Amino acid sequence: MSDNKRIFIKGNEAIARGALAAGLTCYFGYPITPQNDIPEFLSAELPAVGGEFVQAESEVASANMLLGAAAGGARAMTTSSSPGISLMQEAISYMAGSDLPAVIVNISRGGPGLGDIGSSQGDYFQSTRGGGHGDYRTMVLAPGTCQEGYDMMIQAFDMAFKYRNPVLVLGDAIVGQMKEPVTPWVPESISNYGVEDWCLSGAVGREKRLLKSLFLEEGALAGQNIHLQEKYTAMQAEARADVYACDDAELVVVAYGSIGRIVKSSVRKLRSEGHKVGLVRPLTLYPFPATVLEDLAKAGKRFLTIEHNCGQMVEDVRLSIRKYADSDFHGHMPGELPGSDDFVQPILARLGR
Amino acid sequence: MSAEQIAFKAPEIMIDRATHYCPGCHHGIAHRLVGEVLTEMGLVDDTLCVGSIGCSVFIYNYLNVDAVEAPHGRAPAVATGLKRSRKDKFVFTYQGDGDLASIGMAEIVHAANRGERISVVFVNNTVYGMTGGQMAPTTLIGQKTTTCPAGRCLDREGAPIRMSEIIGGLGGTAYCERASLDSVKNIRRAKKAIRKAFEVQQQGIGFGFVELLSGCPTNWRMDAVAANKRITEEMIPYFPLGVYKDVTAEGGCACTEHGTDSKEDK
Amino acid sequence: MSLYQDVIIAGFGGQGVMLIGNLLAYAGMEAGLEVTYIPVYGPEMRGGTANCTVVISSEDIGSPIIQRPKSLIAMNQPSMDKFQPRMQDGGIQIINSSLVDPALADPRVITYSVPANEIADGIGNTRMANMVALGAYVQATGAVPLDVVKKSLTSVISSHYSHLIPKNADALQAGADHVAAQMR
Repeated sequence: MSDNKRIFIKGNEAIARGALAAGLTCYFGYPITPQNDIPEFLSAELPAVGGEFVQAESEVASANMLLGAAAGGARAMTTSSSPGISLMQEAISYMAGSDLPAVIVNISRGGPGLGDIGSSQGDYFQSTRGGGHGDYRTMVLAPGTCQEGYDMMIQAFDMAFKYRNPVLVLGDAIVGQMKEPVTPWVPESISNYGVEDWCLSGAVGREKRLLKSLFLEEGALAGQNIHLQEKYTAMQAEARADVYACDDAELVVVAYGSIGRIVKSSVRKLRSEGHKVGLVRPLTLYPFPATVLEDLAKAGKRFLTIEHNCGQMVEDVRLSIRKYADSDFHGHMPGELPGSDDFVQPILARLGR
Repeated sequence: MSAEQIAFKAPEIMIDRATHYCPGCHHGIAHRLVGEVLTEMGLVDDTLCVGSIGCSVFIYNYLNVDAVEAPHGRAPAVATGLKRSRKDKFVFTYQGDGDLASIGMAEIVHAANRGERISVVFVNNTVYGMTGGQMAPTTLIGQKTTTCPAGRCLDREGAPIRMSEIIGGLGGTAYCERASLDSVKNIRRAKKAIRKAFEVQQQGIGFGFVELLSGCPTNWRMDAVAANKRITEEMIPYFPLGVYKDVTAEGGCACTEHGTDSKEDK
Repeated sequence: MSLYQDVIIAGFGGQGVMLIGNLLAYAGMEAGLEVTYIPVYGPEMRGGTANCTVVISSEDIGSPIIQRPKSLIAMNQPSMDKFQPRMQDGGIQIINSSLVDPALADPRVITYSVPANEIADGIGNTRMANMVALGAYVQATGAVPLDVVKKSLTSVISSHYSHLIPKNADALQAGADHVAAQMR
């Protein structure tokens, strides 16, 4: 990381700047709260560096423009919020099925339906289970700070091209609208992992190329699915989590994104009062940091999963630790802004058992 | 020794294989015209094709060019992204009437309106061919299909949509023509229309669109000759042939007020 | 020494609570600290209520959202009514006594009454009442040095209004002076 001066910006702007640092060349988007700062920022900044900015007619179109730019080998992205991400699922499925690299940012909001414009983690299942039709996964990164928003955009583009797969960055209204100091940096080198060997560039002096997800020949679709599953297996090596105060902890709280950092305040407060509680904050939601949790379960810890939804990630936590332990769950309802006080009592209640 | 001479050759861009299309289907003719125009314009190496969903999903099996497959109706959006990422390449979509005029109505209208430097070949045969001949947005009044067995009714299903009239009325369109594949004369004219719709992209002056009235004998439940006759007698009167917009004839560009021009003034 | 401060700043839309929240957080960053700033808007674009939360800390910040704040800047009566009951015992609040009734101040907390509108009027522009209140807050809590806040004005106020920066600095100073007099 370079020692550049810190700048004071919203998470949304950090994400946009991170994308530029990652070599973004094409952006497609459609207005929706609470992510509008991203297209507003890029509508000026991306053309200024020779990139393409298109305000599409819908999220359906944005995601398909993304598909087209990805087929052309561009470092491209779209951003939206929950209802818009739902509209994009068809194209995301096509991109996964066609081995296309793309970055999709979801500054999620409360649902279901129109929901509200406040923060929520209601899109965990949609994000980590593929989201559209068919047997596929997208990599999912979950920033909890503005700096992580910046850093994870650089990581997201790298992962997208490394695995030729869509990568989702899942933030929320808190991460998007909050301002924090961010240290901007630019990677020393950017690898496209041999994009010129597969992208559409005109069949000059070579065989034509075809990027598709339709496989009708006998055995072809099975072959593509086996290939995709092998890719997802390889991706497991990228799982990451932030582990805080777990060594001597009796109870490990698992929480991600903005809720992860809010819970950190609760854990600190309880630690200062002598309670043995720790925190695991998954930084990748797919692949899920199952090994980290399994090791803690093996060491005899108890678990509490806290989410800003009605219970989604808790299923992955339980799967991770199933041989040794179970996890309790505390859900903070979408529609109510959470703060650190909300989680102290739920944690104390489990500690007391 | 008698030497066999092939007097009528396909251009090299056409892959030498039998098509999966039904006897009498016009997709083969449309593909061939596209291949000839690309060859004559010297674009074979520079072409990126965006396929769509419908019978023509396999266009990439017949044209020897780079291609990507778009979801149903989304080819103009995919082509937008592809062209923006590869501005020096020739990008075209090939779409049927269900794909373009129904599920993909928003994408085609907005790509045209933005004046995307892409070209669209629109094959209108008034039915959903691949799925079994259901009613399309272009199905004629009274025409029987598997989902309007009593015939399309103006009251219930609305009037057939005339796409060239819509696309020709949009600001970003540089060239828009409706042609037909029902006769040799009209096929020759269709080729010229395709060429114009491709040229405006190469000239960088806007969006190119060509509609081809085509036959689907299988789903129309008639033979190929009767299908051609139906185009002549029933389709053309409702879908008049002709040029709906041509900014080259007006001596202009579809996008003179485009941001890329005004940016230099800043 | 570890430092931690949090504050909810609340008022009518248009009173500039978001601006002083930004300014305070920016100054915290310039002072080498960790900061978070998070706004809460009503659904209306103009004329509604607005509040924001700023956290300033010498270590990385957990929650940017504070339910029971250590301090409060209440620019109008509804803000005091809403947030005063949530304050921690012994917390510090700045109330804009031009619009807030000091008699309603809860003895649980330390209250500084600052007639921010009148003081701003005296400097020449009622709209700088927000700066008066922020100056008072900085003086009362010592969260960040006042001169860092003044220096940060150029980074937070848009260049369109840069001619107003000296007056804004005066307003910050006047608010600080007002509290300093009460503290003596």
